[in-house]
Amino acid sequence: MLSQQITTLIDKELKKYPADQRQSAVMAALRFVQDEKGWIAPDDMVDIAAYIGMPQMAVYEVATFYHMYNLKPTGKYTLTVCTNLSCQLCGSDDTLAHLHKKLGIGLGEVTTDGKYGIREGECMGACVDAPMFTINNKKLCGRLTPQKIDQILADLEGGQA
Amino acid sequence: MINIEIDGKQIQTENGATVMEAAQQAGITIPHLCYHKKLSIAGNCRMCMVQVEKAPKPLPACATPVVEGMKVFTHSEQAVKAQQGVMEFLLVNHPLDCPICDQGGECMLQDISVGYGGVHSRYHEEKRVVLGKDIGPLVAAEEMSRCINCTRCVRFGQEIAGQMELGQAFRGEHAEIMSFVSGTVNSELSGNMIDLCPVGALTSKPFRYKARSWELSRRRSISAHDSLGSGLAVHTMNNRVLRVLPIENDDINECWLSDKDRFAYEGLNSAERLTTPMIKQDGKWQEVEWQVALEYATNGLRHIANGMGAEQIGALATAYSTLEELYLLQKFMRGIGSQNVDFRLRQSDFSVDGKQQGAPWLGMPIADISKADRLLIVGSFLRKDHPLLAARIRQAVKKGAQANIIHSTDDDLLMKVANKAIVAPDALVEVLMQVSKALAVEKQGQSASGEAASIAKSLASGERVVVLLGNFAQQHPQAAQLQALAQQIAALCKGKFGFLGEAANSVGAYLAQVTPGAKGLNAASMLATPRKVYVLLNVEAELDCANPQQAIAAMQAADLVIAMSAYKNHAMEYADVLLPIAPFTETSGTFISTEGRVQSFKGAVKPQGEARPAWKVLRVLGNLLKLDGFDQDTSEAVRDEAMNGVDVAAKLNNAIDGVEVQAAPSASGLQRVSEVPIYATDAVVRRSAPLQATADAAPPRAWLHSDELKKLGLQAGESVKISQGQGSVKLLAAADDKLPKGVARIAAGHAATAALGAMFGTITVERA
Repeated sequence: MLSQQITTLIDKELKKYPADQRQSAVMAALRFVQDEKGWIAPDDMVDIAAYIGMPQMAVYEVATFYHMYNLKPTGKYTLTVCTNLSCQLCGSDDTLAHLHKKLGIGLGEVTTDGKYGIREGECMGACVDAPMFTINNKKLCGRLTPQKIDQILADLEGGQA
Repeated sequence: MINIEIDGKQIQTENGATVMEAAQQAGITIPHLCYHKKLSIAGNCRMCMVQVEKAPKPLPACATPVVEGMKVFTHSEQAVKAQQGVMEFLLVNHPLDCPICDQGGECMLQDISVGYGGVHSRYHEEKRVVLGKDIGPLVAAEEMSRCINCTRCVRFGQEIAGQMELGQAFRGEHAEIMSFVSGTVNSELSGNMIDLCPVGALTSKPFRYKARSWELSRRRSISAHDSLGSGLAVHTMNNRVLRVLPIENDDINECWLSDKDRFAYEGLNSAERLTTPMIKQDGKWQEVEWQVALEYATNGLRHIANGMGAEQIGALATAYSTLEELYLLQKFMRGIGSQNVDFRLRQSDFSVDGKQQGAPWLGMPIADISKADRLLIVGSFLRKDHPLLAARIRQAVKKGAQANIIHSTDDDLLMKVANKAIVAPDALVEVLMQVSKALAVEKQGQSASGEAASIAKSLASGERVVVLLGNFAQQHPQAAQLQALAQQIAALCKGKFGFLGEAANSVGAYLAQVTPGAKGLNAASMLATPRKVYVLLNVEAELDCANPQQAIAAMQAADLVIAMSAYKNHAMEYADVLLPIAPFTETSGTFISTEGRVQSFKGAVKPQGEARPAWKVLRVLGNLLKLDGFDQDTSEAVRDEAMNGVDVAAKLNNAIDGVEVQAAPSASGLQRVSEVPIYATDAVVRRSAPLQATADAAPPRAWLHSDELKKLGLQAGESVKISQGQGSVKLLAAADDKLPKGVARIAAGHAATAALGAMFGTITVERA
């Protein structure tokens, strides 16, 4: 079931589109579910399809098309590390190595306590700050060094996402 | 009209047409894979690249609109180079497993690659692998690596079938066609995806690895499984039907077939086929020679006719039989002096007999339904009873027509329904009366409120109104009144009204006079006042009759039951003679479709075993009894005799007079609402294993509104006892809140509910 918060947000989103084009709100709806639950389960897609009034398969198409929708449970904090050219040249491998050292996980993995997950990301359009990662697709962290990563992880430990 | 030039040929075409359409009109072939004339344009395979003068690069013909003076070259160096380039890319990930692929020999990709593909591939890396999927018992999606992602199947689901069951998930190199969370494809039109798939990704599961396309012989036939009269190409090998494909006809089935028409053939090769004549002696069945069986039957008939009178003999037939068979059956019965012959086995109201001016039919050509702008569909399980008509109406609705529904269930029609009135069966007449009244009021410029008024308003605003009565309305105990009201409503909005015929030959059976006339007994009275002898033609009494309880009792009480059947069915328990007859693929014959189209066909294969076409059997029966006029040598001679002096167009008439319309007092207790499930309509379909494995063939349940369940202290999913008349059955209860209150929806025509009584009426549901 979609929570009250999610349906309120979807309702608000639906107002942006003509009444006969409700499916325009599907991307936002998927995002709201992911923000609340961390990932999007097939059951959530069924609920979204029913709520918006579109085929389940069409929701699935959108959810699988975009990389930033998590279709599997992931950590409470998902670090999406950019591995594209600029970041790579500026040391994204070092970022990954350091994260592996600190958290014991690599790309596509989740820590056993479910707190952290690491995903591979594409260019975030801010190469001036390379290398970089995002936290839960929301917060962009750039010019990463081992010290800075330690600081960010310590902040996350302290609950400041 | 605008003028363009393709390959130097001057062509006049409509403004707004695409280059592809213009080329096809002119008979110029442009290679294509994703383009299909009945589907929306996707433009994703890029195979149809052509050179257009003044365009800097090749353009896709399917997605390029024509403009005045355009010059197109489909075989220029630039065009061919582009086409070859696209083909090379298409083949990069294609497994090229043509030697073991079912599509081999009839594959668009294979054909086009012969023209545009290279001899060698420049691609030496690993090919993409897409895992196979199980999407149900009809469509095989085992080798999805063959898929070229043209999305024809997806577009078919969205646009024609009305439900998007397949989609293209993931992206780029990872894109694959799949169903949502490994679900099955349950559309009643799913088989068309097999035809549409231009490669071997979606193939027919029942036909898989049975034969190569070039080994098959093709015979034209007509579908026996619904009243549309769809054209079939029956593909045979070694005297067996191995598959069935559509024959295109835009006025009937377009290029589609319903799954029922396409996969029913599996029932033809069922192990239950009756292949030798049998008689029952001392309670035991014995296989005998034809001569023995026929003499046994005729002796019995002669004995009863002489002893107790010919009116003790009754004949029942189903309208899945051919015109020739039906005609000879009634001729035979009338020859031995009995008027008791009928095919309307599921009908319960015969008060229309004598008041009906002609044979009930669709009331218009099928193609006219596409042109309707307002429809009122009364009492029809539209999608399941008439899958392709439903698809046609769906297209009309997409173009702006308004569909109004009056029915006792509210199944999803997968189209926009403008207004609907969902009421218990005993209130149908009342609702139609209200609509009719509201229409009259509407004519005076006033308007009322309520569902009936909304329907009336919708109808009144139309220019081409169509009122259709479905199977449920025809089987309804007040069918005559429903017909009279439909006639009235259609007249008020200057529209047409008609019947969605139940079976392949529902119209033909009327024209062949398989009705009792004034002196005979109709199907219901023949069973209500049991006869001593029954002659059955393609009848499974416990499944095909309105009241199976009564039908079985009558059969068991009879002295002699002569069953002409293609199958060893339940008749083994009550019949005395079983005569093996040929189903429609094994005999020549004629069906008259619901639009009155007379279509004859030849047998596709020889009859199995000792089975013989029923018209021959009836002819010999006539000879043995020394009846006049049983000397036809061919089925064509029978047809010509049956149709001699029959002006089909003049005989088709839905008009009735003198039917008193009166709302019935509402019944007390739970009322039964029953449909004949889509894959339980006739003997062949009932034995098609792949169709019986689909979701639509799931065992029937007792569907009630959840409030009704609560009132009865029951829960969905628990086993309940359903009683009607003297019989009862156990089914699982299920909740459907779209049903009206006070009804229980329990399917008929199914072995699980054959112990119950009439399709309509009071029924009790209690904890088992």
